[in-house]
Amino acid sequence: MNLFLDAFAWIFAPDRLAGSVPLPLAIGQHLAYTAVSVLVAGLIAVPLGWAIGHTGRGREVAVAISGAARAIPSFGLLVLLVLVFGVLHKPEAAVTSFVLLAIPSILAGAYTGFEAIDRRVIDAGRAMGMTEWQILWRIEVPLGLPLLIGGLRSAALQVVATVTIAAYVGLGGIGYYIIQGVPLRRFDQILGGALVVVAVALVLDGLFALLQHLVVPRGVAAGRAPELRTTSSRRRAAVESSTT
Amino acid sequence: MSWVLDNLDLIGSLALEHLRQCLLPLVLGFVISIPLGWVAYRFRLTRGVILTIVGLLYTIPSLALFAILPTVFGVGFLSETNLVIALTVYAVAILARSVADALGSVDPEVRQAAVAIGYGPWRRFWGVEFPLAGPVVLAGLRVAAVSTVALATVGILIGVDNLGYLFTNGLQRRIVPEVLAGTLAVMLIALLVDVLLVLAGRALMPWTRRRRAARAPLERMALRAGGAV
Repeated sequence: MNLFLDAFAWIFAPDRLAGSVPLPLAIGQHLAYTAVSVLVAGLIAVPLGWAIGHTGRGREVAVAISGAARAIPSFGLLVLLVLVFGVLHKPEAAVTSFVLLAIPSILAGAYTGFEAIDRRVIDAGRAMGMTEWQILWRIEVPLGLPLLIGGLRSAALQVVATVTIAAYVGLGGIGYYIIQGVPLRRFDQILGGALVVVAVALVLDGLFALLQHLVVPRGVAAGRAPELRTTSSRRRAAVESSTT
Repeated sequence: MSWVLDNLDLIGSLALEHLRQCLLPLVLGFVISIPLGWVAYRFRLTRGVILTIVGLLYTIPSLALFAILPTVFGVGFLSETNLVIALTVYAVAILARSVADALGSVDPEVRQAAVAIGYGPWRRFWGVEFPLAGPVVLAGLRVAAVSTVALATVGILIGVDNLGYLFTNGLQRRIVPEVLAGTLAVMLIALLVDVLLVLAGRALMPWTRRRRAARAPLERMALRAGGAV
């Protein structure tokens, strides 16, 4: 426990604001890499996932990709891209690897969000004369949003973890303190850096969890809330199937 | 390519080492997750607590977990034990939830039938509930196995030699084929372990061969399992 006190002393020492790598700068770098990577991955994966979810085409391919992606060692991919891009383009190489690692979760979030929608809702929209475009933007996107945010949440956490490792190739970020502390045997610095990374990851996770609750459309939340408290999911499913 | 051919021995021995380091956490994680998942499934109060804790554990980045575990468990920072504990923590984080989900997926009427023919709680769990939960547990085990094999490479950063050695060594010596070979070897081992698990599942649960085994839970897990690296 004494080590934890040392770590906290390290985090809150006035030296953390000075020196070659001030802690706020490292946290800023870490968050910037994460934000840029998740944003770029989102720009690629969200439209693709929505297209798969809306048309139902290419689903098998998407499932296979997200399955295979889990087997890719993120550290290996990072090192590979740094070598291929050349040492002068380290940030570009690193961000490319973060984007590649973030895409599968976001893709899965986008298309499973559409798939989870009750087909009757979409059929009702079509019966009322909605165009495909209206069905996409007024039904599928709002109803699929919570699962999409869930996908973004796992992607962001994965990137935060990979940025930590990326300190090994000299990218900066909070992982720098851990990597640099190992040969120096500075355990207060190693543990202090680790605790800061964990705090960043937990805060980010909490924010995404909050967002996931907030984006549930009001009508859906209103129809669901009382049931959740009174009946188990199994009984609810039984009730639903017996009414149809 | 010539680098790979010249160093097949090295790659082979690192791969065996890698596999050995992954098997223990998976077995430990599985054994720990069965009672933990059962407690999470059985009681409403513990369900929230356990699932929240394993969810939070899963958000901890691997390098940070390596740094925190030695302080908590009193193991050496640069030791294989540290890596094994960390990988076990992640395996439990995935498996405890899937065991809880799996037990929840067992048809309550089958459970009642088992009670009616006189199965006690212990025999009912091992003879009826756990086998029926098997396909969903297997889905979780496959996710845990593949991510453990990929994650273990980070162990090289705390001085544990496995296939991750090809990444750090390849970076220092700027040998692209070495890093590529390491990456592909990791993916190959992950695939191999996955195939072995599927085959073991077919042998142990012959009834799943006819029905299409639990796919939906596997995909739902794909969403959740993005977290740790």
